[in-house]
Amino acid sequence: MTPSAIAQTEGSSAQTEAVELEFRDVTKQYPGASEPVIEHLSFHVPAGEICVLVGPSGCGKTTAMRMVNRMIDITEGDILLGGESVNAKSPAELRRNVGYAIQQIGLFPHLTIADNISTVPKLLGWDKARMRSRVDELLELVSLDPDETRDRYPAQLSGGMRQRVGVARALAADPPLMLMDEPFGAIDPINRERLQNEFLRLQREIRKTVVFVTHDIDEAIKMGDRVAVLKKGGILAQYAPPAELLMAPADQFVEDFVGADRALKRLALQRVRDIDLWTAATVKVGDPVAEVRAKLEDADVKIPLLVDDAQRPIGWLSEGALRAERVRKDLRSPAEPLVELDDILRDALSDLLATETRYAPVVNSRGHVTGVLSLEVISHVLHDHTLATTAPTSADFLEAS
Amino acid sequence: MIPSVLAQLDIQDPAEGDASCVAENGFCPGWIADNFDRYLGPLGEHVYLTVVSVVIGFAIALALALIAHRRRWLTGPIITGTGILYAIPSVAAFFLLQPITGLGNQTAIVALVSYTLLIIFRNITDGLRNVPAEIVDAARGQGLTDRQILRRVELPLAVPEILAGLRIAFSTTVGLATLAVFAGGGGLGSEILTDRFFRSNVVVAGGLAVLLAAAFDLVLLLVQRSVTTWQRAAPA
Ligand SMILES: Nc1ncnc2c1ncn2[C@@H]1O[C@H](COP(=O)(O)OP(=O)(O)O)[C@@H](O)[C@H]1O
Ligand SMILES: [Mg+2]
Repeated sequence: MTPSAIAQTEGSSAQTEAVELEFRDVTKQYPGASEPVIEHLSFHVPAGEICVLVGPSGCGKTTAMRMVNRMIDITEGDILLGGESVNAKSPAELRRNVGYAIQQIGLFPHLTIADNISTVPKLLGWDKARMRSRVDELLELVSLDPDETRDRYPAQLSGGMRQRVGVARALAADPPLMLMDEPFGAIDPINRERLQNEFLRLQREIRKTVVFVTHDIDEAIKMGDRVAVLKKGGILAQYAPPAELLMAPADQFVEDFVGADRALKRLALQRVRDIDLWTAATVKVGDPVAEVRAKLEDADVKIPLLVDDAQRPIGWLSEGALRAERVRKDLRSPAEPLVELDDILRDALSDLLATETRYAPVVNSRGHVTGVLSLEVISHVLHDHTLATTAPTSADFLEAS
Repeated sequence: MIPSVLAQLDIQDPAEGDASCVAENGFCPGWIADNFDRYLGPLGEHVYLTVVSVVIGFAIALALALIAHRRRWLTGPIITGTGILYAIPSVAAFFLLQPITGLGNQTAIVALVSYTLLIIFRNITDGLRNVPAEIVDAARGQGLTDRQILRRVELPLAVPEILAGLRIAFSTTVGLATLAVFAGGGGLGSEILTDRFFRSNVVVAGGLAVLLAAAFDLVLLLVQRSVTTWQRAAPA
C-alpha cells in the first residue's frame, strides 16, 4: 500500500482506504525496568480487519497499542502503517490519521458533542460547513439523534451515549486505522453487547483496520477477525482467527486462557447457514400418504413436517395424520422453535434447549423451510475439527505478509 | 463600631445642624452627603491600585505556572518563594521598599503584586493539575500538540479554579491597598489616615473599601458563571 492511501480524502462521506499494519520485532523496555514489557512482537493485520489484542491484565496490551500512535516510544523494532514506519511523521501528524478511543473516553467536558467530534477536523483545517455535516453523519452512524445530541455537553449524556460519541470522535477525520483500548469495558453487560453489535455493523460499512484491546476472551472472539493472545512480558502466545484459537490452541497458556468451554464458545462464531443441516420431509394437507412415506425414507428426520402452500412450517405431524389415504392435519407439536439461517448457532442451541425439543425447522429469509437443526447436528459441529483446517492459519498469514 | 453607629442614627435629628454632629464626632449623614465628592478621587486610586496589582500579579503568576507546568520540579521552589513574599508583613514591605522604589504608588504596587503571587499561582497550578489525566490523554491521542492541549483543554478546564484564585486576590488586595498610604501611595487608606479620629470619615472610607471588594467579587462571579456554562448544563 502506498503512503497516499493514508492521505485524507476529499468530501466528508468519501472513505479513506484502510491500511495494513505490521509489528516488526517490536520490543519495549521502560528505563530502569529489568524486564521488557513487550518482547520481539511481530504480527501483521491486513487492511480492513479487526485485530484484537487479548491477555491477562498487565501483559502489555495497552503498551503495544499505544506504540502504534507513538503515545509510547518503541525501544526496538518498528511498526509499519501501510508500509511506512510510524516514525516517519511527527507524532501529532501521525495521531491525526489514527482514530483513538479509550475506556475512559476522555471527552472534553467544556465542549459540546459537536465540538468534541470536530476536534481532529478542526486541527486539519476543515471549513465549518464540512465539519457540521460530518458531525451529523457520524452521530447517525453511531445511532445517536443529531438534533438531540450535537449541542449537548458530555455530562448530559449516559455512559453508553458518551462511548458512542467517543467512537464518533475517533472516526471524525475518517482515519484508515483505529485504536480502541477496552472501549466498552466500563459499560454494563447489556449495553456492552449492544455497542459491540453496533460496532461490528459499523465496521462492515467503514472497513477500517482496527486494533482492539480487551482482557475479555469472549469479546475478543466476538470482535476479532484475528486475535493476538499475549502473555506476561508481551510475548505473543498465538495469533490466529478466533475459530482456530478455539479449535487449536497453540499451548497450555492459550488453552487455559480461552477456557474449558471453548468448544461452546465456537458456537458463537458460526451461523446456522454455515453448517450441514438435516433434511426434512415437508408435506401438505391432502398429499398422498404413500408419497409421504417415500419422502420419509430419504429424510434425516423421520417425522413429517407440515408446511403451508408457501412452504412455511406449520408443525410436526402425528402418526394419526398418515392413517388415511391422504395427509390430515393432526399435529403432535407446533413448529417451534423456529430457527433462521442467519441465527448464530449459540442462540439457536439455547432456543432448542429452552423449548425442550430435539428438532427445529430452519427457514430462510422468506420463511421457507430449508432444513432442520437438531441437537445431534450441533453436537457434530462441536466435535468437527475441519473448520480449523479450512480457516487460514497464522503461518499462512506470516508468509503472505 | 456598627452598633454605636446605629444607636447614633436613632437619636440623630436631621433638623439639627451638621456642625454639632461633627463636633460630637458622630455618624453624620448630612456631612457625608456634603463631603462625598472628596472620596471619589481616592476611590478611583484604590481601584487603580487594586486592578493594576492583580493584573500584574496574574501575569507573573500565570507565567510562573506555565513554566512549572512543563517543569514540575519548579513548583515547590516557586511556592516557597512566593510564600516568603506572602509572609512579609505588608506594612514592613511598604517601608522596606521605599529606599528602592521611592515614595508613591509604584512602591505600593510592587508590594501588592508580591502578595497576589502565591494565591494566584497555586490556583492556576491546581487548576491545571486537576484536569483528569484521561482527558489530556485523549487530546494527545488525537494529535493535539502540548501547546494546543494547554490552550484548548487544560486552561479552559482550569478557569473555575483560576477565577476562584482571582476573587481571593482581589479581596485581599483591596484590603491591603488601604495600607498603601504607608508607602506614600493614595487610595482610601490615605483618607482614613488623614482624619482617622473622625468617625464619619472612617466609616465612609472603610465602607467604600468593603463595597469595592464586594463589587469585584460580584463581577468575577458573573464572569465565572458566563464562561463556565458547561458546568451547569442540566443533565439529560
Ligand atoms: N510508565 C511505565 N513505566 C514502567 N512500567 C510500566 C509503565 N507503564 C506500564 N508499565 C508496565 O507495563 C506492563 C504492561 O502494562 P499495560 O500495557 O498497561 O498492560 P495491559 O494493558 O495488558 O493491562 C505492566 O506490568 C505495567 O506495570
Ligand atoms: Mg490496558
